[in-house]
Amino acid sequence: MKKDFLDNPKNVKRIVQALVACCVILFGLDFILHRHTQHPWEEMFGFYAIYGFVSCVILVLLAKELRKLIMRNEDYYQNHQRQHPQRHQQKQEENND
Amino acid sequence: MTEQFSHFAPAIPLFVGALLLLVTTGKLRATIMLLAPIAGLLNLLVMPSEYSTSYVIMGLELHPTRIDRLSILFGYLFHIAAFIGALYALHVKDKVQDVAALAYAASAVGAVFSGDLLTLFIYWELLAVTSVLLIFARRTEESRTAASRYLVIQITSGVLLLGGAIIYASAGNSLEFNHIGLDAPGGWLLFIAFGIKSAFPMLHNWLTDAYPEATVTGTVFLTAFTTKVAIYALARGFAGTELLVYIGAMMACFPIFYAVIENDLRRVLAYSLINQLGFMVVGIGIGTELAINGAVAHAFNDVLFKGLLMMSMGAVLHVTGEMRGSELGGLYKKMPKTAVLCMIGAASISAFPLFSGFVSKSMIVSAVLLEGYSPVWLALLFASAGVFHHAGIKIPFFAFFYKPCKHVETAHEPPGNMLLAMTIAALFCVGIGCFPQQLYSLLPYQIEYSAYDVSHVLAQLQLLAFSALAFTWLKLAHIYPPELKSTNLDAEWLYRRLLPDFVFKVGGMISCIDQHIRSRISKIAMHLLDLLSQHHGSHGILARTWPTGSMVLWVAILLGLTLTLYYF
Repeated sequence: MKKDFLDNPKNVKRIVQALVACCVILFGLDFILHRHTQHPWEEMFGFYAIYGFVSCVILVLLAKELRKLIMRNEDYYQNHQRQHPQRHQQKQEENND
Repeated sequence: MTEQFSHFAPAIPLFVGALLLLVTTGKLRATIMLLAPIAGLLNLLVMPSEYSTSYVIMGLELHPTRIDRLSILFGYLFHIAAFIGALYALHVKDKVQDVAALAYAASAVGAVFSGDLLTLFIYWELLAVTSVLLIFARRTEESRTAASRYLVIQITSGVLLLGGAIIYASAGNSLEFNHIGLDAPGGWLLFIAFGIKSAFPMLHNWLTDAYPEATVTGTVFLTAFTTKVAIYALARGFAGTELLVYIGAMMACFPIFYAVIENDLRRVLAYSLINQLGFMVVGIGIGTELAINGAVAHAFNDVLFKGLLMMSMGAVLHVTGEMRGSELGGLYKKMPKTAVLCMIGAASISAFPLFSGFVSKSMIVSAVLLEGYSPVWLALLFASAGVFHHAGIKIPFFAFFYKPCKHVETAHEPPGNMLLAMTIAALFCVGIGCFPQQLYSLLPYQIEYSAYDVSHVLAQLQLLAFSALAFTWLKLAHIYPPELKSTNLDAEWLYRRLLPDFVFKVGGMISCIDQHIRSRISKIAMHLLDLLSQHHGSHGILARTWPTGSMVLWVAILLGLTLTLYYF
């Protein structure tokens, strides 16, 4: 298969660098531009940037923990049907009727 | 009178279209599929912007059609969504799906233009029975069982609505559907009925359970109608109910955790649908003019960008037959157009400036700040960052980029009609994002609002860029949870696992006790039979043959006794 733009790891690295550059510029714009604020926290320097980053990290870390609690096999509910074959066989027969 | 003949009730063109689909085939059927929504939209456009009909049937004053500024935008929206959905489904040769889809759209249009609770109830139930066919039509064991669960929950919502309406009307209120509020008699029943279809927390699982099991094209229709009708009903009946602010904040936040770890990409979108509904519910709860405008505008945009995302994932499912993130990746090589369209949907749902989500979500967030709900504001910011994370990045990343999957070899762009439908939705997303004033002018309240000022744009860009940075860092540092073949337990566990197990156990206990009692009774019965046979059996004392002489003797004794008694 032909090599695409993203198959080259260098290009992927460039994209990541561009993203980091964007973040730096946007963070720096807080110095230059004045935001109209409605909430005192908004006045904090880089509030939205920090909040965005931190909340996403917390989201992913908590979601990983959640997986331990609620993740089951793909056929969890189907397996359950196999454990009670009699009941489901009965149901099938009723449906066929 | 002439005015009455210049147009039909808004739902009629779509219902007639659905009926015509029943008796047509081939190209004619396809043409009707496309023309019915256009005819419906034209019919709606010639109708007056304030309009109401009323009839008295069996002493009840009903308003089958009522058009005003709150409902009209939903009417336009549903026709646009029906047209895009019909175009997307044009290649499907399945009469059931075609008829169900148009009838479903018609029911949604009928519901938002219902002027009274009884008419609303009829359309409410029609929504349930027409939409469930789109899930059954996948014709797999999973879809069949999911559709059955879906139908039970949807019908329950309708029954609650009817119960609430009866209590509401019997307390002396008119059946007209206006502001109800929780304090009204039957208010709570109506609130829960609307809440089920709006996917309130713990009542939400029908959505994430059934939508991903529907057909490729069916899910696109499902995403558009039921939940938006419910949002309209909440906006009409419960605007300004403070409880909704907190319910909405929960709806915006909890699904994003599920979306991050969910493997089925259409189920990820179903969770993100609840997340977006959360924003609308918060807006309705705040209830100010700006907030209601924001909620309605966001409902409009959500149908288009969520529809676009569902269509792009549907295209992937159509081409590869696979929807699990763990089994997909690298498809941009063969499906570049679909990938670009998907990313436009992703940018819109993430509320990037110049895309549609931004112009409506910012209204709701501004309204929350203006009314001083600081914790809710923080929750919505968290949800905004989260939605970019799971719907904006995760969906395109795991489907079209990341490691190439085995389907890349055989993948190709979807049929032209699917691409065209996605392109139209994408044009709406960009068009509304760039020129929001058109949408704003159709909103329920005429207020001045501009999303594009330096503060809003910079704040949103910072939030999104740093969310993307967080994703990149977590992915490169191998902290990001991989896509795994799995099922995640949700509220449905209660009725798919706990309740059946409970019923099975209780049933087992009852049958055990029942057997015990039966065996005891049969023992007693046997004992009684033995006793009877002792006295009445062939050798029993009462069954013995007696000589005639003894009978004569006994008769003489009895006669003697009678004679003696007679003298006394």
